[in-house]
Amino acid sequence: MNAIESFGVDKQYEGHIALHPIDMEIPEGSVFGLLGPNGAGKTTLLRIINQIISPDHGSVNFYGQKIRSSDSHQIGYLPEERGLYKKMKVGEQSMYFAQLKGLSRHEARKRLHWWFKKWGLETWWDKKVEELSKGMAQKIQFITTVLHEPKLLVFDEPFSGLDPINAALIRDEMLRIKKEGSTILLSTHRMESVEELCSHMALLNNGEKILDGSVNEIRESHRNGNFRLSYRSKNPITLSLPGEVIISQNITDFNKGICIAELQSTKLNSSEIISALAPQVDTIRFEEIIPSMNDIFIKSVKK
Amino acid sequence: MSTFLIVAKREFTTRVRNKTFLLMTILGPIFFGAILVIPALLAGVDEEPKTILVVDNSFLLRGMGTIEGNRLEYFDPKLVDEQMAISKVRDNDLYDGLLFLPPSENNDPDFILRNTRLYSKGDIGMDLTRNLERRLGKAATEEKLKINGVNPSIVAQSTTIVNIKNLDLTEEGSESSSLPLKMTIGFASGFFIYFFTFIYAAQIMRGVIEEKTSRIVEVIITSVKPTQLLLGKIIGIAAVGLLQFIILIMFSSIIYSIAGVIGILSPEISGLNTTEIASSTESQLILSDIIDSLGAFNIPKLLGCFLFYFLGGYLLYGALFAAAGAAVDSEADTQQFILPLTMPLILTLILSTNIMQEPNGSIAMWLSFIPFSSPIAMTMRLPFGGVETWEILLSMLSLVIGFLATTWVSAKIYRVGILSYGKKVSYKDLYKWIRRN
Repeated sequence: MNAIESFGVDKQYEGHIALHPIDMEIPEGSVFGLLGPNGAGKTTLLRIINQIISPDHGSVNFYGQKIRSSDSHQIGYLPEERGLYKKMKVGEQSMYFAQLKGLSRHEARKRLHWWFKKWGLETWWDKKVEELSKGMAQKIQFITTVLHEPKLLVFDEPFSGLDPINAALIRDEMLRIKKEGSTILLSTHRMESVEELCSHMALLNNGEKILDGSVNEIRESHRNGNFRLSYRSKNPITLSLPGEVIISQNITDFNKGICIAELQSTKLNSSEIISALAPQVDTIRFEEIIPSMNDIFIKSVKK
Repeated sequence: MSTFLIVAKREFTTRVRNKTFLLMTILGPIFFGAILVIPALLAGVDEEPKTILVVDNSFLLRGMGTIEGNRLEYFDPKLVDEQMAISKVRDNDLYDGLLFLPPSENNDPDFILRNTRLYSKGDIGMDLTRNLERRLGKAATEEKLKINGVNPSIVAQSTTIVNIKNLDLTEEGSESSSLPLKMTIGFASGFFIYFFTFIYAAQIMRGVIEEKTSRIVEVIITSVKPTQLLLGKIIGIAAVGLLQFIILIMFSSIIYSIAGVIGILSPEISGLNTTEIASSTESQLILSDIIDSLGAFNIPKLLGCFLFYFLGGYLLYGALFAAAGAAVDSEADTQQFILPLTMPLILTLILSTNIMQEPNGSIAMWLSFIPFSSPIAMTMRLPFGGVETWEILLSMLSLVIGFLATTWVSAKIYRVGILSYGKKVSYKDLYKWIRRN
């Protein structure tokens, strides 16, 4: 089942198109990365999924049903630029957001205490938000987003502005929540986090979806037959290879007496190349170069 | 609990707990009460009784021993002249002052009074001086009457104090009225509404701007529809206003009744009787007149209408101010929208003299039908009486319709405004937002 399906969802603001019709599927239990450069329409799409704005055309399904406003209790949303009421106390404010998401006072208090204890925030319950450090405020925001244990979590640029420790903390929580069965949708332009976290992704550019699918499939489909060979030798050895293999580079890594050659072939697979190379050189390492998400991102956007 | 109520509750509790609210609500009435009561208290406080040495050459005071608690001590004019008395007072701590009355010439009391002198060490007090003046004046008048062969007791008996009662002809009959009181109540009510509409509407606006600039609103509207959020905010703050109003009324009546019991507010109100009225001064008469006609007002009706217009006006302007807050990115940008919003309020206040001079004239009448001005205009008119029931009903109806209409318009602006950042919004944009579905 898909957590989210969109059918021809588009959005136009005065004079400019924010989103061309988008068809997209977010599988249940996936961590779905929504990628794209700034202004690609990521936030617009996230807002439509959160029913903050309605699309001009098209529709969105939530777990197979047309999305309704009551589904918001099953969705947690952490917008990119997030804030809290500065003058309100931390605990009181967390209670407020929890109640807006449909939790009873009792349940909200119980869950909040659990989280506050877990992250060592108990002493901050009665402090005003303006006294919090930025990192603490981000933790509070994360807690209020996930507190009602929604089926779908939507994070807009969750790691922007986080220090490495908090980023790791949040990432681990996301993975734990995913393990418990929730679906996570996050927008980002940090490619490392996509490779680390996401099972699926879609790439937006200028309001259009230019790529989507499972991360592994996408990377597989972007294989272009590049290989790298490291071998022991003082000087590059002239390699003799079947006609379909092109040697694009063959140089000494002179400090260590190691040479590196880069090969390209669309016809032969790695084992065929290895068997051709084996008698010729003392191989240290042979690998296929699978393009990183970063490369795919840049290549797809520039296309 | 519905999300609308959760929002309203938050608006209410955070504001009521705010220090400004406490200050405004509790200290405000105490402060105003104090302004009224303290001067009366100070005047009523029995100051240390003074002892005045009197050298009465003309025997005008007839050896009166005390005057309003102050002791008068006489020196024989035959033994002591003015200079001796002065040095006596100066050297002796017993005496606070010296009253010197010269001998009469040609039996002319005016001559005595023209040359009467009161010497004092330090401040002898306004009251004592005035009491002495009054006593001497009375004695002089009696002297003059005697000179002209009139028995002063006959004059005292025939002294008449005129106090014409103002009566309003109403359908039920006639009620006594007091014009100054009507003007005071009318203006105070109108000004109160003006003042509090501004304060609370601005609070809504600031709240909207805070939520927008901090992007809190983006989280909230995933669970609350923008219209519900807007209404929740307005109603929550309206409840704050209501509470403040109730506390104000309670405090005022407590202060008023305490003052009445102690009798500091006006001694002549408590235990008023005719002979005392006869001896009262003119200002005291006006005061008793006011107290008299206060009972003639239909206070429940006045309060009820006041409450209606107070809330109605606030709701109307609150919705508009919320829309203004949603349309801008920071408080500094609100000016272009605030000015046209506050114009009708300010204009009505400027026209208040006009309204009160002719409470049932055409300007007053029209202003009380337009929802933007009716909260101030109608509450100003009501104490004067003569406002027909249909007028009140029409005015209330138009205010309700006005409130619904402005809320509808505001909700449309609010819905779009809270999510648009960065660009300066013009009136043309607002119009587009309203038309957008």
